[in-house]
Amino acid sequence: MPDIVFLVLRRLRRPLLVLISAYAISTLGFTLIPGVDDQGRPWRMDFFHAFYFVSFMGSTIGFGELPYTFTDAQRFWTLFSIYLTVISWLYAIGAIITIIQDQRLRRVIAMSGFARTTRNLREPFHIVCGYGDTGQLIVSELAEHGSRCTVIDIDEDRIHRLAIEDFPVHAPGLHADAQDTESLLAAGLRHPYCRGVIAVTNSDAANLKIAITAKLLRPSLKVYCRSERRETAANMASFGTDSITNAYETFAERFSLLFHSPSMFLVHEWITSPHNEPLSEFITPPKGKWVICGYGRFGRALHARLEALGLPVQVIERNPEATGAPPGTVKGTGTEAATLLEADIHHAVGIVAGTDDDANNLSILMTARDLRHDLFTVARQNETRNTALFRAARIDRVMQPSRILAENILAEILIPLLGEFLQLASRRDEVWANLLVSRVSGVVEDRAHDTWVLRLDEQQAPAVIDQMKEGCEIRLAHLLTDPHDPARRLRCVPLLLHRDGVGRLLPEDDTRLMRNDQLLFCGLPEAEDDMRLLVANYNMLNYIVTGEDRPAGYIWQWLSRRRARAGSAAG
Amino acid sequence: MNLEKVVFAFFVLLALTLNFGFVMGEMDNVHHHNVYELYSALFVSLIATVLKFGDRTHIGAVLLATSLVADLQLIAAATVWGYAEHVSDLGMTPERMADVVALSGGALVANIASVVILIIETVLVRR
Repeated sequence: MPDIVFLVLRRLRRPLLVLISAYAISTLGFTLIPGVDDQGRPWRMDFFHAFYFVSFMGSTIGFGELPYTFTDAQRFWTLFSIYLTVISWLYAIGAIITIIQDQRLRRVIAMSGFARTTRNLREPFHIVCGYGDTGQLIVSELAEHGSRCTVIDIDEDRIHRLAIEDFPVHAPGLHADAQDTESLLAAGLRHPYCRGVIAVTNSDAANLKIAITAKLLRPSLKVYCRSERRETAANMASFGTDSITNAYETFAERFSLLFHSPSMFLVHEWITSPHNEPLSEFITPPKGKWVICGYGRFGRALHARLEALGLPVQVIERNPEATGAPPGTVKGTGTEAATLLEADIHHAVGIVAGTDDDANNLSILMTARDLRHDLFTVARQNETRNTALFRAARIDRVMQPSRILAENILAEILIPLLGEFLQLASRRDEVWANLLVSRVSGVVEDRAHDTWVLRLDEQQAPAVIDQMKEGCEIRLAHLLTDPHDPARRLRCVPLLLHRDGVGRLLPEDDTRLMRNDQLLFCGLPEAEDDMRLLVANYNMLNYIVTGEDRPAGYIWQWLSRRRARAGSAAG
Repeated sequence: MNLEKVVFAFFVLLALTLNFGFVMGEMDNVHHHNVYELYSALFVSLIATVLKFGDRTHIGAVLLATSLVADLQLIAAATVWGYAEHVSDLGMTPERMADVVALSGGALVANIASVVILIIETVLVRR
């Protein structure tokens, strides 16, 4: 705010000087020029009348000659003064309008407004740097969960788009370079409620700069980064960036899981996909020769994984020398049949269209299908707005970097136990994953599922804590009971029990629960609602644990105690 | 040599000298105090204030404050004068004159403070 005042004052200096001088000269002139009063006696205007006359002269020319009719000498001076003051006023007003329209000033005003909004936030929030496809997904999903964000983007249009977006909670946006420490501070880097920084700009260098700024100014803050190069990722990891996601590597890793451990792939896919998506049907990709078009970051990641699986891979690349494509690479884009034939498409089982151009990727797949209709197709979709096209093309697996990034980062923010679960799960074998998949699909069937964390503390589960205080043993099976019909089980699967820093996969039903345990569940959204109702309602939980219908009010409690005492006395 | 500093020092000092010249003389004697002197003192003081706009330094801010005080005092003095001459039935009495001189005397103190701060700043910044 003080910045604006200083900026305006500095710019107003000259207009004000001109205005004061014009007034001073005109007023002084009127007091010096001799005039006559109504009786024709010599008379001189004093400062009071002179200032009065000059004040209205500038704005209302022709108002009248006061207090007495002017002499010609005075009229002469009036003529001069009129032009002097009117021009000064025009200049001053013009200067003020220029200042208001000044881009720099507007930016300062926008920045200080943004900083003020951020400063007044009184609930946890994240700073999102970069409001592209990924940023939009993250902000809207976080807003959907009632979690707040402040957004910085270097593109003004995107900030305008954010401003007209209709989120359940307001997300203030700033048009600035997020690499600037100033703008990160304005976005609330030092704010006590700031929970983390999400750097998802499309430049690795910018993300790195944001991460290092955040880690230096507030080491305790969580930093989630997008990275597309291995060197940048290693650099980010070196100063403790909490989460680094490389969409291409992530996809390639998952894709290779499909070959040797499809159930494990499903586990990953389900659990990280945002809510409201039914379990996807998936086809295992065939083992055989693969053709990869485009040896960029995506092509390279996939090539390495497929080679590691021992599959023969043929690369098609427009510029093999510059990208360092492996020997034997066919030169071309893959959009023409000739190139695909040269790559021996007839003996291939699958094709990957991995260039950075959506139109080319679609064209590659269409051409390849013309040549062979039974190919397994994988496409890289670079822009979200092309979703309808890719859906219409009926591609077996679409790789959308922004989606993968957003899903991974959101999963880490919204469900903190998920990372631990996936880490533990990846050490298990395919048999275990099969078991898990059958359990989850048995519960969820083909409906949209959700993943949630329950922490057994006063805030989230007051009824459980009360029961524990009374010495009751609460077991996991109790929490899995339908509070409306104790004979039924809630349609969810416990995935992980986290106690004292140690995680246990798939806890058994008779596990005894302790205070501050954290549980990760996967199941239907209704199951989550029922469970949250159960752990907060003492009477429901009491009935499930003890099988007794406890009287709710003090009077009934007293009566039932009396009756019990009378009964025992009589007996 | 910095022209901005020259101009500013000129106006600050001129505001002080004009103000001093006006205050000089018997306090309630109308003939000892010239209205043009008060007028020019006010004008110069306003200019000095505007010249300090936008100075981000601490000393600049204090100078802005002192010259704003001088402006206020002088405007009050001019208003009292105008009121006595034109609005009040009694005209300019020695008591009113003493009020005007007292108010501009206050402005004189503020102007002295400005000059002292200016000298301190000049001594501190050896460039």
